[in-house]
Amino acid sequence: MASVASPSFPDYSTQAPTQHMFSPYADNGGSVVAIAGDDFVIIGADTRLSAGFSIYTREQNKLFRLTDNTVLGCAGCWCDTLTLTRILKARMQMYEQEHNKTMSTTAAAQMLSTMLYYKRFFPYYISNILVGLDTEGKGCVYSYDPIGHCERASYRAGGSAGALLQPLLDNQIGLKNMQNVTNKTVSLDRALAVVKDVFISAAERDIYTGDKIMIMVITKNGIKEDSFDLRKD
Amino acid sequence: MSILSYNGSAMVAMKGKNCVAIATDKRFGIQAQTISMDFPKVFQMGPHLFIGLPGLATDTQTVMEKLRFRKNLYELKENRHITPTVFASLVSNMLYEKRFGPFFVEPVIAGLDSKTGEPFVCNMDLIGCPNAPEDFVVGGTASAQLYGMCESLWEPDLGPDDLFETISQALINAFDRDAISGWGATVYIIEKDKITTKELKTRMD
Repeated sequence: MASVASPSFPDYSTQAPTQHMFSPYADNGGSVVAIAGDDFVIIGADTRLSAGFSIYTREQNKLFRLTDNTVLGCAGCWCDTLTLTRILKARMQMYEQEHNKTMSTTAAAQMLSTMLYYKRFFPYYISNILVGLDTEGKGCVYSYDPIGHCERASYRAGGSAGALLQPLLDNQIGLKNMQNVTNKTVSLDRALAVVKDVFISAAERDIYTGDKIMIMVITKNGIKEDSFDLRKD
Repeated sequence: MSILSYNGSAMVAMKGKNCVAIATDKRFGIQAQTISMDFPKVFQMGPHLFIGLPGLATDTQTVMEKLRFRKNLYELKENRHITPTVFASLVSNMLYEKRFGPFFVEPVIAGLDSKTGEPFVCNMDLIGCPNAPEDFVVGGTASAQLYGMCESLWEPDLGPDDLFETISQALINAFDRDAISGWGATVYIIEKDKITTKELKTRMD
């Protein structure tokens, strides 16, 4: 084994210095989908944690409860996710103790953007989607790029199957390229059905998405958790 | 960036009940700059046979002419039309001849067998590895988006009208999320006694 790891060929030795390489990032895959309605928002993430062709675990939750009505979904480099959420939770606790109130979803969304941009030249390699209820009780979805660009939307797909899922949401939730449709608001049942459907489709073609999805439904009554099995191959 | 995504394209073919459909975008661009919006990428190779050649536009045209030449030779020699399966083998062979200096196209083939009327769809990578599944095939720069759309919209035994609606929605919504494909679309519905060509109006940005 040692000879395989460091083969020695004395006839071919050079004066050149030995080079070492370290890559600080890993792509651990995973997908996140969020849909907002008038008085609710749902977010779903698969539970597969992988690297290349190997699966680390089939049951890794990628949804983080930040407050009673704010949830963050992360996909990408898992070690960065752990670090980011740890610091994020600490900052939110500091806010709570300083101001004597819980952070609003919009405030958390802005802070996440600032925290990501703070690492502009050594970014957290994560696709973040933050969901919650705003001050009026309406559902909102914020999506981010790895360096903190933030956009509010009413539906979003992110992570390794983001490209597969987003056009489907455009069609089914955004009603893009549809004629003679008027109903612009999406019901909770419809949103749940679409989230399950799009993840089933993604699990067919994206090897980094599968096993199970965790779903969180946020309403004024709090957060309800749900899960749904996907294919495990 | 890959030479396969130098010009941009989106293409999909689907099986239905006694029919097949193939749909393509119409953009020809050089990286982000759009040059024209009526660039043909799907070509008829027989009474019930179409091939789409997404990829590098120059190779789209070269490969189309080489294939037409080989198909014509086959028809003269055999005195009959080429079947979709034989044509797929011909394409695969021709691409593999250039294994170490390939044409940068990823063909999509759709057709009905002239004898049995059996639907056939097939796609290949740029060196001719064929793939002929039971449902649909995709190609071009919007292929990830197309996989997501087709995987949830497609269902077995669609009639020609439903197949047209399915393939159109799949293509349009897919290339609307791809910056270098779109700008209009063409759909071909192939039935035993009829070929319908429909031009789709899409957003042009």
